[in-house]
Amino acid sequence: MSAAPVIEARGLGRVLPGPMPVTLVRGIDLAIAPGEFIAITGPSGSGKSSLLYLLGLLDRPSEGSVLLDGRDAAGLPENDRARLRLTRLGFVFQFHFLLPEFTVLGNVLIPMRKLAALSDADMHRRAEELLERLGLGDQARKRPDQLSGGQRQRVAIARALANAPRVILADEPTGNLDTHNARTVFDIFAGLARDTGTAVVTVTHDEHLAAQAGRRIHLVDGRIDREDRA
Amino acid sequence: MALPLAVDVAVTHLRGRKRQTLVSVLGVALGVGFFIAMTAMMQGFQGFFISTVVDVAPHITISDEFREPERQPAVTAFPDGAVRVEGVKPRDQVRGIKGGPGIVEAIRRLPGVEAAPSLSGQVFLRYGAAERNATLSGIEPSQELRITRLEKDMLAGSLRDLQTRPDGVVLGAGLAKRLGAGMSDRLTAISPAGVIRRVTVVGIYRTGVSSFDDGQAIMLLKEVQILQDRPNVINRIRIRMDDIDAAGDLAARLEARYAYKAESWQEANQGVFSVFRIQSAVMYSTVGAIMVVAAFGIFNIISTVVYEKSRDIAIMKSLGFAEGDIHRIFILEGLLVGVIGALLGWVIGYALVSLLGSLRFNFGGGTIQNDRFHLAYSFVHYAVGGAFSVTAATLAAYIPARRAARLNPVEIVRGAA
Ligand SMILES: Nc1ncnc2c1ncn2[C@@H]1O[C@H](COP(=O)(O)OP(=O)(O)O)[C@@H](O)[C@H]1O
Ligand SMILES: [Mg+2]
Repeated sequence: MSAAPVIEARGLGRVLPGPMPVTLVRGIDLAIAPGEFIAITGPSGSGKSSLLYLLGLLDRPSEGSVLLDGRDAAGLPENDRARLRLTRLGFVFQFHFLLPEFTVLGNVLIPMRKLAALSDADMHRRAEELLERLGLGDQARKRPDQLSGGQRQRVAIARALANAPRVILADEPTGNLDTHNARTVFDIFAGLARDTGTAVVTVTHDEHLAAQAGRRIHLVDGRIDREDRA
Repeated sequence: MALPLAVDVAVTHLRGRKRQTLVSVLGVALGVGFFIAMTAMMQGFQGFFISTVVDVAPHITISDEFREPERQPAVTAFPDGAVRVEGVKPRDQVRGIKGGPGIVEAIRRLPGVEAAPSLSGQVFLRYGAAERNATLSGIEPSQELRITRLEKDMLAGSLRDLQTRPDGVVLGAGLAKRLGAGMSDRLTAISPAGVIRRVTVVGIYRTGVSSFDDGQAIMLLKEVQILQDRPNVINRIRIRMDDIDAAGDLAARLEARYAYKAESWQEANQGVFSVFRIQSAVMYSTVGAIMVVAAFGIFNIISTVVYEKSRDIAIMKSLGFAEGDIHRIFILEGLLVGVIGALLGWVIGYALVSLLGSLRFNFGGGTIQNDRFHLAYSFVHYAVGGAFSVTAATLAAYIPARRAARLNPVEIVRGAA
């Protein structure tokens, strides 16, 4: 990969302070190019989620840095990091984490309404397009609790894509899904990376799915243990 | 999108706790409603009381008294000495205001100020078998009419009739009733000086102030001077002025100038005004307590929502909401409860005031006669009640909102996983 990385970790480490400090991750060096599809694997407790929160600017590193498009982002004030989460990053969690009172369409609209860069009509058009693309065109008016687990996870992906982020960060997005739905989600990710140049970083413990990614990073004890490319 | 995002989320949260929200809104509404009704009633009554008093009684009364006991010659002679005089027996002075007519003239020259002399003293009235003590005021009708509104309270006759009937007396309605006397009846008046005169009722008034109606009689000044055996003496100068709020200042100036005690209407009614102040304090404490309870209700809902919705807060943060955005959402929730409560409170307040305004009752006694609530209608009450509740609601939301803003999304997301 020769393209300039969209997101990059340099000597990234996170220690929880306290009388008995806990090291979540340490010494992570990782450069992710646009359009890359990366799977992070590793045993439970190896620091996969922690790494994702750091890359996604939700958590602050104890050492090292996170660069977004070449600029240090993790050290910015909270307001600026929130702004970057809004415009450049998209999260998908293991549990769907939709806002239960809002409709499917309403959930997808939230990041766009927050950004307020488009007209109402354009926001609606884009939200409907995204849902269509994820096979949810006829579910827009439903509430999250009327959907199946797989459908909800796709809504969460649509919402993560709302503001056309540069990077999608997904933490075991298929952990609660059956094989069929899990495969669908991974197909979507692969398509996204290939067709839109969005970088996708997803944590998974499913080796079959991980095999679909262009690059696999294996964590052990908070460190990159091995890395291989397809 | 009809609503801005923050309002949309805030409304969603409150809708999820309808009953709790309703209780808090009602708490605020009752606070505001009672505030409006009680201020209307209290200010209305105080205003009514003042206007009645100000209408009936003089604005300033100068009397032949001194605030300080007369200084003893020994004290005057040694102003810096430690002089103490004991066992002083007051001489029975020929009391009265020295140079009274001159003082009246001087006061009348002040712009917007009128004054009239009188001689006031006790008298014993007898009509048939009925006897009553009364305060008898001797007045000069032509001068008196400049400082009194008594003419509008006359049930029969007129103060003017005193001029043509030197033996005439004008009675308060309560006094006349107790004596059983009516117009043209002839009474016997006996003074402490021992002078006895026959007098004829030429007028009856009712002011609504019981001390005037039940215990006062009015005659011509000259006649009273004869009756009290105090020729050419006056012991009261009564003053009426356009700017009643200036009464205190003018009274102080007159007292400094003439040495006689000059009492403003405010000073004369000090006791009542301190009761008013206590009433106001009680009312504000009551309404304040209602608002504190309402504020606790708001604090409670928003804290509950923050707790229940911590996962949603974490999601919103991961989506790119800043701390300020989250803070704003929860402040907005308090504000919504406050604003809706205030609006509802205005309706309740308006309804209560209308209801109170329509009531009629019959109280025989009291210092002032009254058959209804006197209400002060003012938008200020609505504005103050509204501002107070919105402020209280916002403050109540502040602490939970800050906690929401500072929630660490990582902890919540981890906890859920
Ligand atoms: N708040 C915390 N206090 C103590 N230990 C923690 C805390 N959060 C995470 N850890 C520990 O840090 C390690 C990394 O956690 P995590 O990043 O969630 O791993 P993974 O996602 O690979 O399972 C784990 O051993 C976990 O138990
Ligand atoms: Mg994890």
